[in-house]
Amino acid sequence: MPIVSAGLSALLKQSWRKTSATLAIGSLSFSLLLSLYAFAHVLSDWMAGIATREVVNFTWIQFGTSNVDLGWVLDPLSAIMLVMVSFVGLLIFIYSTGYMKHDENFTRFFCFMSLFAGAMLGVVIANSLLLLFMFWEIVGLTSYLLIGFWYQRPAAAAAAKKAFLTTRIGDVLFLLGIVWLFAQTGTLLLYNNGAGSIESAALSLLLSQPAALGLTAAGAIGLLIFAGAAGKSGQFPLHVWLPDAMEGPTPVSALIHAATMVAAGVYLIARVYPLMAAGALAGGTTTALTVVTWVGATTAVFAALIAVAQNDIKRILAYSTVSQLGYMMAGLGIGGVAVGIFHLITHAFFKALLFLGAGSVIHGCHEEQNVRRMGGLKSDMPLTFLTYAIGMLALCGFPLLSGFWSKDSILEAAQHWSVAKAPFYMLVFGALLTAFYMTRQMAYVFGGHWRGGKPAHESPAVMTAPLGILAFFAMTLGFIGTPAWPWFRAFLDGKTAEFDWHVLLEPGLLTLMGISTVVVLLGIILAWKIYGDRSPRPTAPDALEKAAPIAWGWLSNKFYVDEFYGATVIAFYAWWARVSDWLDRRVWGGVVAGVAWLFSMGARLNRFLDTNVVDGGFDKGCEELTVGGGLLSRMQTGRVQTYLRILALAVVVLAAILIWSYKT
Amino acid sequence: MTPLAGYLLVAALLFSIGLAGALTRRNAILVLIGIELMLNAANLNLIAFWRYGPHPEALTGMMFAIFSIAVAAAEAAVGLGLVIQIHRHAKTTDLDQMNRMKG
Amino acid sequence: MSIVFYILAAITMAGGLAAMLLKNTVHCALALTVAFAGLALLFLNLDAQFAGFAQILVYIGAVAILVVFAILLTRGSETPNDEIFSKTWLAGLAVAAAVFAVLGWAVFESARVLPHETAVPEVTVQQIGVALVERYVLPLEIVAVLLTAALIGAVIVAMHEKEEPK
Repeated sequence: MPIVSAGLSALLKQSWRKTSATLAIGSLSFSLLLSLYAFAHVLSDWMAGIATREVVNFTWIQFGTSNVDLGWVLDPLSAIMLVMVSFVGLLIFIYSTGYMKHDENFTRFFCFMSLFAGAMLGVVIANSLLLLFMFWEIVGLTSYLLIGFWYQRPAAAAAAKKAFLTTRIGDVLFLLGIVWLFAQTGTLLLYNNGAGSIESAALSLLLSQPAALGLTAAGAIGLLIFAGAAGKSGQFPLHVWLPDAMEGPTPVSALIHAATMVAAGVYLIARVYPLMAAGALAGGTTTALTVVTWVGATTAVFAALIAVAQNDIKRILAYSTVSQLGYMMAGLGIGGVAVGIFHLITHAFFKALLFLGAGSVIHGCHEEQNVRRMGGLKSDMPLTFLTYAIGMLALCGFPLLSGFWSKDSILEAAQHWSVAKAPFYMLVFGALLTAFYMTRQMAYVFGGHWRGGKPAHESPAVMTAPLGILAFFAMTLGFIGTPAWPWFRAFLDGKTAEFDWHVLLEPGLLTLMGISTVVVLLGIILAWKIYGDRSPRPTAPDALEKAAPIAWGWLSNKFYVDEFYGATVIAFYAWWARVSDWLDRRVWGGVVAGVAWLFSMGARLNRFLDTNVVDGGFDKGCEELTVGGGLLSRMQTGRVQTYLRILALAVVVLAAILIWSYKT
Repeated sequence: MTPLAGYLLVAALLFSIGLAGALTRRNAILVLIGIELMLNAANLNLIAFWRYGPHPEALTGMMFAIFSIAVAAAEAAVGLGLVIQIHRHAKTTDLDQMNRMKG
Repeated sequence: MSIVFYILAAITMAGGLAAMLLKNTVHCALALTVAFAGLALLFLNLDAQFAGFAQILVYIGAVAILVVFAILLTRGSETPNDEIFSKTWLAGLAVAAAVFAVLGWAVFESARVLPHETAVPEVTVQQIGVALVERYVLPLEIVAVLLTAALIGAVIVAMHEKEEPK
């Protein structure tokens, strides 16, 4: 539906703002209704105890005897994702009507947003990896268009290009995985009544094929697909595009980088989880999943460290997103689909809330984005403050809020991971850092007194209303996944769930909940002590910076990852481009020029031959003829006696011949 | 030397003299005189062969010679008539100057 | 070879040479007549009486006179200092010499097979007449036509041209 509205919006003129907005919101609401209906359908089936996975496949291309099939799938996972995407998207759309009111490219904005929403929905319900990849690419394209929405700013254009190129690297590896999978199993459909590529028959085939480095084909393909997900979801080392993507408008950041696009990567891994988990020994794990976990955990800590030292309100949130994505990936690797997706859902809500709140702050502070120049917004923007606080606490994992439950399920799975304990400690440390930097941000933005220019004002209702709705969900959504009532996991796995209070009181679980709570409070208190209600001047160095300047330098410069890339990859690429250019101009161009020169030489030779040999020969021949004619004509003296003489001579010769012959 | 050879030689000599005169003298009439000499030499040849040939009673040689005389007379008449006509036009009988057919 | 033959041969050749070498054209014509006479005598020596007398009648009686007439009619243009021989007389002499060489050679080559003496043929005028109308009637008629044509042609050729109206 949204794709249709996107197409229509593309045809509208700039001035028809209301129409494009209505189209976009209308289509997405319609999609929401459809998603809710689908969800209800799946839910009812689940409650009746029927295993729910409905698949609709159709043939797209036929070449020879083999086909390329595409299809849609509706199962609990996709149903939940559908609802989440359309709901959060709808809220962000409504919010954008207020945020982008002063922008002149209103229509174009909603066109791209609708296209993005449609593509995201397509990713969610695709049953074929090929169809998924096609929508994946459209998502990438629209993210490029939206990040670079204000393309007149060179920073925005560069950020969009960076995003596209970085995700491209992941996409190439993803495509390799797809091709390999197709070559091995002959189909790209995920589920096809037992013939799908991640169903058991195909999986056993893949497991029996060895690839390089001791991996099976299944493992190798899984890693390739993970590479694609890593690019889209900003895992280390392909995370460099995400913070720069903050150049786009805030609703874009909210939609793309909180709720949906970055979630697409996590969703992809969840979708092909059977492939990733194939061959796992009982209680153990596969190579692919191990890699996923380590990458996720590393990203979580890495990004959190950088977030501590950032000064742009959106950049802090961006690094927070990267960190949380790491959590999600780790959750997928350690605990399975339910764990990772649970955190994905909760994160979508409170991250969208935080981004929209940041947008409200930016809007209220007249497009100011540096936290050092904000302050005291507690009283100036109360609604925003309230909702932002809720979101922040949810993110930190404050007890009883949604983030608490989802993060804890990850931590619990990590604690029991059989391979290594290190991820657990890394994730706990990450939680500490999360609390720390979020409190720092809160202190800078809302605490103290105003340090900026003009005074700030509260945002209009069209912007604050979605904030409120999201806050509500941020608070309550956690309850569907508590260990006491593991409804979420049961829903995804197709089992039943029971509400059991006593599970919460298990010692192991209780200890874990206690540890996480303590960690969160520790982080908050630490940050409050350092930053507190003070409002340092914008130009004064940060408190931590004074304490540990070198570490601060590392952190605030994002560990110099970008610079590293610039020195190596980009430099190499530029050099390669120069070499190719030289080759093209000198070598190939030289060949072409040489051939042309050869031809011109040939033509010149031809002309020479023609003029001198042919013409000359001809002229000479004519000359000879003339001379000969002259000679011959001299014989015609016109005198009788001459003729007579010659006659007599001829007779003599004849006679001589005759006599001679007669003699012999 | 047989008589026949003698006659033949005389005829050859006469022929050559006539030819030499025809080829070298400038006056057109003298060329015609030379031609008459040549014809006469040929006649002598014919008669000599008739006389010393195998069948003199066939009269072949004699008849040939007689006809030759008749034709020579006719030819002389016409030729001299031509020379007279040329003389009227070119006012001269010098053959060296008559080269209007020159190529 | 009898002495008569040699004398007659000498006379004939002298006449011929004189005809070709003399400067005065009339003298040449007269020398030609001498040569004709010598030839007629040679015919007689060869027992070809009819041919000899025909020679005298026709050649000396007609052709020689004709030549003299022509000489006299074309006399005016000659000057006494004219060259009598053409500029390229040596080439002509060479050709004539070549011809004589070939003919002489032929005679000498065939000297072996030539008969020495044969019987004198008995030829009467009657025989000649009979042969003319029997065996040689065709040539006779043709020669008659030829003579007629020559007569007419000579007259036309030598005729004064009609005066063109100016």
